[in-house]
Parts: sequence; C-alpha cells; structure tokens
Amino acid sequence: RRIMATVSVCKYYPGGFSFDNCKRNALLEADISKLGFSSPAARKTGTTICGVVYKDGVVLGADTRATEGMIVADKNCSKIHYISPNIYCCGAGTAADTEMTTQIISSNLELHSLSTGRLPRVATANRMLKQMLFRYQGYIGAALVLGGVDCNGPHLYSIYPHGSTDKLPYVTMGSGSLAAMAVFEDRYRPNMEEEEAKRLVRDAIAAGIFNDLGSGSNIDLCVITKGKVDYLRPHDVANKKGVRTGSYRYKHGTTGVLTKTVTPLNLEVVEESVQTMDTS
Amino acid sequence: IVPVTGLCPQAGPYGVQDSLRRGFSSVKNELLPSHPLELSEKNFQLNQDKMNFNTLRNIQGLHAPLKLQMEYRAARQIQRLPFLPSSNLALDTLRGSDDTIGFEDILNDPVQSEMMGDPHIMTEYKLGVL
Repeated sequence: RRIMATVSVCKYYPGGFSFDNCKRNALLEADISKLGFSSPAARKTGTTICGVVYKDGVVLGADTRATEGMIVADKNCSKIHYISPNIYCCGAGTAADTEMTTQIISSNLELHSLSTGRLPRVATANRMLKQMLFRYQGYIGAALVLGGVDCNGPHLYSIYPHGSTDKLPYVTMGSGSLAAMAVFEDRYRPNMEEEEAKRLVRDAIAAGIFNDLGSGSNIDLCVITKGKVDYLRPHDVANKKGVRTGSYRYKHGTTGVLTKTVTPLNLEVVEESVQTMDTS
Repeated sequence: IVPVTGLCPQAGPYGVQDSLRRGFSSVKNELLPSHPLELSEKNFQLNQDKMNFNTLRNIQGLHAPLKLQMEYRAARQIQRLPFLPSSNLALDTLRGSDDTIGFEDILNDPVQSEMMGDPHIMTEYKLGVL
C-alpha cells in the first residue's frame, strides 16, 4: 500500500557524503578496461609547493600547473589559498579536495575569530585541518603547506592527507618536493632577510618546475609578515610561450581568379517591429 | 570489514527491490559496506557525543551528562510539520555546531533534497492513525 512508500522517507537523513554510487563505481571500474575505455582521472595538482620561515615572517611558494593524468589541465592555476588575512595555505594533491578543504577551514576560522574577537592563530587552522583530514582517513587527497604570522610570531606547518602534521622552519610538498627540498637543504639559514628568502623559495620552485613533469609554468610567491601580505602572482614567469617568427598568411592575389558569378538574393521585408530594451 | 544489516536495503519506495535505481541485489551487497568510511560517517555524530559525554562524566561526575542529555532530548523534540525538514537550531546550539561549517552543510543538504513524503501519510504516521 501507499504506506510503505513514505515511511522510509520519514527517517531523517543528515546530509554530507553519500556512498550510494560506490558499489556501482566499483563494478564499472572492474569492467571498463575490458571495453577499452579508461575511467576519468581526477584533476591533480602534481605540484611543487614549499614554505620557509625568515626573520620577519613566512614566504610561501607554489608552481602553477594542474594536471589531469598526462595532460596539463590548467597552465596557470592558483595554488596558494586564502585562509584568513594573516594565514595562507598552499595545496597539493587532488585539486577539488584542496580547494574545498581550504574554503571550509577558512569559513570556520572566520566564524571562530568573530566568536573570540581575536586574529586567528596558525595553530588553530592546523588543528582544524588535521582533525578533518584524519576523520576521512586519507580519502580526501589534500597535502597542504600552511603558513602565517599571528600574535606568537611566524609559523609554518605541513599537513599530510592522512592527518599528520609537522611544524618546521622549511617544508616542501607535492611531486616536486624532493627537488625543492634539495635546494632548501643546501641554502637554508635561520633568520634570513626577505630578499634572500624570496630568492631561495623562487629557486626551490624553479628546481621543481624544471626537474619534475608534474610541475610547470610560473612561480607564485606569498610573503606574509605581521600586518602585511604580499601575494605575488606571478612572481616569475619561468616558462613563457614562444612568439611565432614567421607569418603563414598568403598575400592577396596568390590564387588566380578564373571566373566570377554574382547571384542577388531577392528578400522582401514582410514585417518590421521595434522592441525597446529595458535598460532601467 | 564489518557485516551490518540494513546498510543498503535494496527496497525502493514501495518495499520491493528497486532494480532501476539500485541495480541487481545480492545478499553480500546488503551486508557489507560499500566504502570503508560508510560506517564511520554514519555513526560519526553519535560517537562524538558518546566520547564527549564520557569525558564530561569523568571530569564532572554523572550529573553533567545526565542534565545535558535531558536538554538534548528536549531540543530534539522541537520539529516542524512531519513532512518538512527541521533546521534543528536548538540542537545545534547545544552541540556547538551552530558556528561551524562542515561537509554536512554543503553536500546533500536535506533542505534541498528532491524527495518529500506525502503530507497526509506522514501526518497520519506521526499521529499513529495510519
């Protein structure tokens, strides 16, 4: 009877992730290779991101290439996300995951700082991020470099997709992290000046761009100090698209004209109406 | 991998197996979770509450969780008409989740669900008249 129909809807479904399609996807995954297709690849950032603590604050750097399997999906994407006026976060891993995670944490931090009435601290953002990522056991593929300056000074954290974090003076993440870390390990000193720190981060990202296939295009930098944020995008256009040296257009008269016929189309005006646009 | 009854019941709206929407049914499908996170996400709020109440009991004594649970029970009873989704504002304030945003507010918001129960049947069910 009709009764069975609606009793199941009487239950309250709280929302959030829905796992309805997982079994179907598993079945498709198993069969799709037999048909000759491949399942769509998630857009990853296949990245080099890094951060360094210097004398007055934090410098964060990132490349700008987003890949989808073996194809470059976005040649100039922005990987340094805003969390709060004094905290910024670089994201590597699945692009959608980093984007949504940083937006959620940014909203939560804003609400929290309105509730406390103080500027948010980097440790708060770190704790929120690690608790959320641990709850989803690494299925949210977001590897983040979180940096900012708060009342206790400059802080830099690296956060892994499963929820572990490290608080260090210099960190790198992403597929080009080894190349960038090599540059850091060679030239890092504590308490650098701003110009030296910017050059170090720029060189580390450049090492990732030129030695790793998953990173490329330009270098973005974000310099955070107490009370000021410099978002330099792009700081360095390392891979400029070349200019064509020759023109491939043919000159007028290259092709000889043999015959020419003109056919006029006789159109008569049937109806003319004027509609005024509502520009108010 | 924990076999749990009623994880993905193949019954559709009319109590019969719903092949169009859920595919062919098998006993294994209904007993095992389709994703490792499914069980933990379904019970997440309950587990959080249990953990918080236990900590509160250990710190302040049995009266604290008892009083709080009485308030939760009262807040849970404030609902709208049977077929309308409730915003659960009092419950959110008690839990402290009224100033946080999570995936449950962005994805699959029950306010925006496309299905709604038949108002007459829902009210009859609620009043026990059916």
